[in-house]
Amino acid sequence: METITKAPNAVNLIENKKYKLVAEDIVASYDNVIAVKNVTMKFKEKAVTALIGPSGCGKTTFLRCLNRMHELSKNAKISGRVLLDGEDLYSNHQDPIINRRKIGMVFQKPNPFPTMSIYDNVAAGLKLNGLRNKTILDEIVKGCLEMVYLWDEVKDNLKKPGMSLSGGQQQRLCIARALAIQPEVLLMDEPASSLDPIATQKIEEMMNELKKEYTIIIVTHNMQQAMRVSDYTGFMYLGELIEFGETKQIFENPLKEITAKYVQGQFG
Amino acid sequence: MITVEQRAEFRTHFRYNVGRRLVIDKIVKGIVFACVVMAIIPLGSILLEVFTNGSAALSIEFLTQIPGAIGTGEGGISPAIQGTLLLIGMSSLIGVPIGILSGIFLSEFGDNRYGKAIRFFNDVLAEFPTIVIGIFAFLVIVLVFGNFSLWAGTFALSIIMLPIITRTTEESLKLVPVTYREAGFALGIKRWAVITRIIIASAKSGMITGIMLAVARIAGETAPLIFTILGSSQFFSGFDGPMDALPLRIWRISMLPYDSAQAQGWGAALVLILIVLSINIGVRYVFLRKSGGAFRFRSVRRRL
Ligand SMILES: Nc1ncnc2c1ncn2[C@@H]1O[C@H](COP(=O)(O)OP(=O)(O)O)[C@@H](O)[C@H]1O
Ligand SMILES: [Mg+2]
Repeated sequence: METITKAPNAVNLIENKKYKLVAEDIVASYDNVIAVKNVTMKFKEKAVTALIGPSGCGKTTFLRCLNRMHELSKNAKISGRVLLDGEDLYSNHQDPIINRRKIGMVFQKPNPFPTMSIYDNVAAGLKLNGLRNKTILDEIVKGCLEMVYLWDEVKDNLKKPGMSLSGGQQQRLCIARALAIQPEVLLMDEPASSLDPIATQKIEEMMNELKKEYTIIIVTHNMQQAMRVSDYTGFMYLGELIEFGETKQIFENPLKEITAKYVQGQFG
Repeated sequence: MITVEQRAEFRTHFRYNVGRRLVIDKIVKGIVFACVVMAIIPLGSILLEVFTNGSAALSIEFLTQIPGAIGTGEGGISPAIQGTLLLIGMSSLIGVPIGILSGIFLSEFGDNRYGKAIRFFNDVLAEFPTIVIGIFAFLVIVLVFGNFSLWAGTFALSIIMLPIITRTTEESLKLVPVTYREAGFALGIKRWAVITRIIIASAKSGMITGIMLAVARIAGETAPLIFTILGSSQFFSGFDGPMDALPLRIWRISMLPYDSAQAQGWGAALVLILIVLSINIGVRYVFLRKSGGAFRFRSVRRRL
């Protein structure tokens, strides 16, 4: 596997050391319509950062800028920098593919690969990237399914299609799939939005475990969820980052009036 | 605001409308059903006709012998069966890979001027009269090499297959939801692997239907063969020599003024239909068995 050899920019290294991921001045647009306006945000290592805001405010777009998925959309443009461990993903001359292996993503709707079994879904990222060793694959698949509390439910049916699972199980399968490639950062776009309360609770419990190891960024519509799972919260509105701080402060003591209105449920 | 009275009026209106809609619904269903019957009648009667007339001609001799003297009703169509199988096999070897690759190109990389141009010419080619393609093969292969040959026939038939496979492959790939692509890319999987291992796996059933359409199409082509393989009453003796094929044989013998020849024509037609049918079922069985596309009843049965 490829490794980074380029020395990171010295100034940024000092400034951003404690941050795993830094987004600087991100401007993202579709068809020249700007969806994300000059957003700068820093994500602490081994912490959960929640992104909240009304729908259409650019949360998904911003998240997709962080692992270079935005540029795959049609007529999409982006400017700004995204520093992972101090190194810019957009100018390190590395294939976006390599960067995406470091920054995993879970989508809003569960999307297991329809033709693959449960096992193959989890193993897909490794197998299709050339890992053949069956012992290692078995171990990683088991480990990742355990991390998302799915192992006990599926261990006897690993050969069954991933699509045969329930919605909540499918979403946990997709999280396991994202974890299997051993990323350092995990992006989650409203991972619980189509799930029942029990499945949601399972995913939240899992995140509390995962944050011991990963830097997690989660988009959510659910204020209670943001309060329960996150250490930091950013509030976005109309493409801008309005306020960003510790979750407790954002919900109990917001600096901006509009943030207060949103977290109190007065609009959204 | 809508008043309570207006609301009540709406309701009665809706109830009245529902009644009328039920009637319209029944009428449309009736028309649709009638259309299905009308479409099936000719299809069914052709099959019935071929089976009743053709099965009389079938015999071991008919399937294994070279044609006998004209008008005697002796001999068989074995060289024609051989030629048709060879033509289908060789044309598929050329047409299927090129067609699939062009389809992948158009669907994955064809969102630009080049893609549009290729798509346009591909569609034109799909609508080309096949006799013109036969004449083209005659000009560039038969005249250049100096003899009618299986190569020339293969050349013409692969050109006929290509646009069908290209188009159906492109359409099947485009039907795969973008979310699977994105999931693949988000896992850091290389583009080529995403296309071949995720997208194609989901589009397989549609792609195979397209290939089978193309196979059925070339299996029945006659006009281009007149200009390329010419026809023969002997077994295969080399790719550079003339050859027989079922549609050619059917065309030749059914024009003869003998009852025995007509019967053999029916027999050959039945054999052609059976060949296309078995290739279709065989290919589907082999490629779609696991994904449950065409053989879903197998898994249902297992569950029962
Ligand atoms: N693929 C797309 N093409 C064009 N516009 C888009 C696309 N995706 C999102 N947008 C627009 O970008 C804006 C931000 O959308 P999004 O990031 O999905 O918001 P959120 O996730 O906060 O609900 C919206 O105005 C939306 O209409
Ligand atoms: Mg969104």
